[in-house]
Order: sequence, then structure tokens, then C-alpha cells
Amino acid sequence: MIRAENIRKSFGETEVLKGITHTFESGKCNLIIGRSGAGKTVMLKILVGLFQPTSGNVWYNDTNVSSLTKKELRQIRMQVGMLFQGSALFDSMTVEENIRFPLDMFTSKTLKEKKNRVNEVLERVQLEGVNKKYPSETSGGMQKRIGIARSIVMEPKYLFCDEPNSGLDPKTALLIDELIADITYENNITTVINTHDMNSVMGIGDNIALLHLGKLVWTGNKKEVMESDDELLQAFIFASPFLQRLRDAAIAK
Amino acid sequence: MNIFYHLGRFLTLLGSGFTRPENLRMYWKETLRQMDDIGVGSVIIVALIAIFMGAVAALQFAYQLSGQLIPLYYIGYIVRDLAIIESAPTITCLVLAGKVGSNMAAEIGGMRQKEHIDAMEIMGVNTASYLIIPKLIAAVIVIPLLVTIAACVAMVGGYLAVVPTGYLADVDYLRGLTAFFVPYNVFIMYVKSTTFAFLLTAVSCYQGYYVTGGSVELGKASTNAVVISNILILFSDYLIAVLLTGY
Ligand SMILES: Nc1ncnc2c1ncn2[C@@H]1O[C@H](COP(=O)(O)OP(=O)(O)OP(=O)(O)O)[C@@H](O)[C@H]1O
Ligand SMILES: [Mg+2]
Repeated sequence: MIRAENIRKSFGETEVLKGITHTFESGKCNLIIGRSGAGKTVMLKILVGLFQPTSGNVWYNDTNVSSLTKKELRQIRMQVGMLFQGSALFDSMTVEENIRFPLDMFTSKTLKEKKNRVNEVLERVQLEGVNKKYPSETSGGMQKRIGIARSIVMEPKYLFCDEPNSGLDPKTALLIDELIADITYENNITTVINTHDMNSVMGIGDNIALLHLGKLVWTGNKKEVMESDDELLQAFIFASPFLQRLRDAAIAK
Repeated sequence: MNIFYHLGRFLTLLGSGFTRPENLRMYWKETLRQMDDIGVGSVIIVALIAIFMGAVAALQFAYQLSGQLIPLYYIGYIVRDLAIIESAPTITCLVLAGKVGSNMAAEIGGMRQKEHIDAMEIMGVNTASYLIIPKLIAAVIVIPLLVTIAACVAMVGGYLAVVPTGYLADVDYLRGLTAFFVPYNVFIMYVKSTTFAFLLTAVSCYQGYYVTGGSVELGKASTNAVVISNILILFSDYLIAVLLTGY
């Protein structure tokens, strides 16, 4: 479980996050949604500790991460995985070396054990046999899956994904969503996902937080999305005329 | 101006880098890779420059000494000490700042921009340490070796400039090379080359580590790495000269 308490963040004069309080539950896909510029990425970076909040606290279970020293924070990070929007794979290393990197750095496993673990997670993301390829030799969707493989290789308790399916075709996007959701449920991970993809919201939205101009304006799950009459939520979800027509047709029935 | 801001941030970065490594083997592997990069990658350019450095010094002293009462074998002596005390460490490191320094700044800066540094931080890696310390260690070991090579090659360069042309007999040149040898000068050479190696690496890593923005900023960081390293090298060159020679 991760709890954000009254998080504020300013860059210079402009306040980007204006006091956000929310609980991200374990074993669930916790979605942060909102229009471009709403502050999703900033929120995620604060949760994961890449940004310091101007004020407010972030709790991982009973640990207040905002008050930890860098060294203590690094200990916690052994339990954290993150999938970056651009995948952030190390381009001078092969796929296997990428995934093995945290194992090399932090475990005393033998090379054979590490290779086995790499194959295990590659299998989990349905990408067997790409071990020797370089990231540049794989497609965007594969890079996302390699990124997922790398972020779960240390069996994290917390998983963060910044727009995991942006830039992918709808089918691949769906696969990535399902993959993240399955991994979350299997291992009871606290997963936080940034997205503005409606399919994700309706597919894996166990616990959704809608940000608007730096404020938390709505929370609920995917069922409650349909039932809610919150104007901002409706405007966000049914942004396109096509979706609006579908909704109106559904209501008319 | 904001020079104190940069100095503070620079020292903080170095400070947080000097901690116990997460995994000695990974650091060692990275250090070896850097040594290979810096050393093997630079030896040809360093030798090429050194040969001309020595040749020009020999020719110009031959020119200056001609018609004077100073014995000609002094050419060898002057080429040697000029190389050891000044030109080998300083010119080599100025060139290496351009080659190795800009490369380091671009490498680390690229990692910052592509979020590789963030990715490592989230894994729990102390990037200030893992990305910088192996480079510092490699540079501080390899660059003095390169400078040693440069000093030796410069003496060969001097030989080639005056002996085959018949200006000076080779025994005379060699006599000069071995005359008035002061081991302390070699010490000065190593103090200089170690200091310059540290400066150019630390400055370049700092420039790369805090890159923001895009390719224009990356280019600027790379340029800054070279320019600032060069200024600091020359400044510390002067300082070391004052401190170690006592003039
Ligand atoms: N490092 C930064 N310095 C200054 N301002 C920033 C910084 N990062 C983000 N911002 C500002 O914070 C606001 C929120 O940005 P953020 O990246 O969180 O949006 P987002 O919701 O993730 O949008 P998108 O869906 O387009 O990724 C924006 O107005 C942005 O300009
Ligand atoms: Mg974003």
C-alpha cells in the first residue's frame, strides 16, 4: 500500500500539484488519469522519489519515504520496479544484460542462476529468445515488455508505470495492460499506472484517481466510472464525439 | 555569479559518489572498461602529438641556441625537461579533455536525457558513484601512464628532428637526454598529470550528470566540459608550478 498525504509540488512560481491525498492499494492496478499537463508524471515521480514534494508525505506501508536519507531510500528501492514511458533500456547492453543488471548489482547469485531468472521473466512477458538482441533491434512494444521484465526481475512489491501503452497499437496496448494486471494480481504488488488511455481505464481500473490541473477531482473504480455523473470525469472519459454518441445511445436504451 | 552554486553542487555530487560500492565486481568491470576506453582509445593521438611536441621543441631550441656559447647537446636536456615538467602533462591533458572529457559528458548526459540514470536510481543504484567513480579511478591511473608515454615519445620526436638531419650527432643528443637529470621533475609530472586527470574527469562527469533539455543542451554540456577542464588544467598547472618549484 502506498499513501500520499497532501502532496504539493511547485516548480518556481507555478504550483503543479495542489495538495493530493490518496491511497494506492496493494494487489490492485491503481490508475492515475488526467489530461496532458494535469501532473500525472510529476505525481508518479514524487511517489517513486525522483522528485521531492514541496510539502506532504509519501508512505510505503509504515515507512514515511519522504523523510528517509538517500541511503535508506536505496534500501526501499530494492522493492521498487518502474517502467518508463520511453522504456529507458540501456542501449549499449543486450536485452539479457539489461534485465540482469539489477541482479548483477545487488545479488550474489551465480551467473547460471541469474540467466535462469532472466529467462523466467522473459517467458513471463512472452519474449523468449531475445536475450542476445540489443534494445534498438526490437520494436516499441517489445521494448515495453523488456522494460516490464527488467522491472519485475527483483520481485518488487511496488511497481510504477508511466503511460505503459502510449505509442502502441490498440491490440498490443491491451496485451501490455493485461500483462501488468496479471503480474500485479499474481504477486500482490502495489501497482501505480499513469495513463490517458480509455481502454486501460475500463480494462484494469481497480482504483482510479482523476487529476485535473493539479487537483484530485474524482476517485473510484472502473464500474463507478460509468455510473458517475461527475462532469470533469465525463468530459475526460467521453472526450470524443464518437464515445459521446455511444454513451447517449446506451442511456437512451 | 552562480559559480558558488555550481561549486557546491559539484562537491555534493563528488561527496555522494564516494561511498561504499554496491557491488565491487560491477565497479571493477566498469573501471576496466573505462581504462580501455581512455587508454587504448587515446594512445595513438597522444603519441602523435607528443612526437611533434618534441620535434618542435628540439628545432626551436636548436634555432635559439645557434651562434651562442651554449653547447648543442643542451638540446636533448631541454627537450627532456620541457616534456617532463610541462608539455607532456599539460598538452596531453588539454587534448584528453577534448577527447575523453567531451565523450564522458556526452555519455552521462545522454543517459540522463534517456532516463537511464533515473532507471538506475530506482533500482537502488547510487549513480553518483557508479557512473563517476570508475571513470575517476580509470583516469587517474591511465592518464599518468599516457603522459609517461607522451614524455618518452617527445624525446624520440626531438631525436628525429635534429639527428637524422645531421644538425646534431646522436651521441650528443643522448648525452643531453641524460644530463642534469633531476628525479624530482618526474614527481612534478605525476602530480600534474594526476591532478589534471582528476579535474578533467570530475568536471566532465558533472557537466553530463546535470544535463537537462535536449540535444542542444547536451552539446553545450560537452563543450563546457572541455572549456572548463582546460581552464582548470591551466590554472592548476600554474598553481602546481608555484607550489612545487617554490618560485
Ligand atoms: N521538471 C519540471 N520543471 C518545471 N515544470 C515541470 C517539470 N515537470 C513538469 N512540469 C510541469 O508540470 C505540469 C504537469 O506535468 P506532467 O508531466 O506531470 O503532466 P502529465 O499529466 O504527465 O502530462 P502528459 O499526459 O502529457 O504526460 C506541466 O505544466 C509541466 O509543465
Ligand atoms: Mg506524463
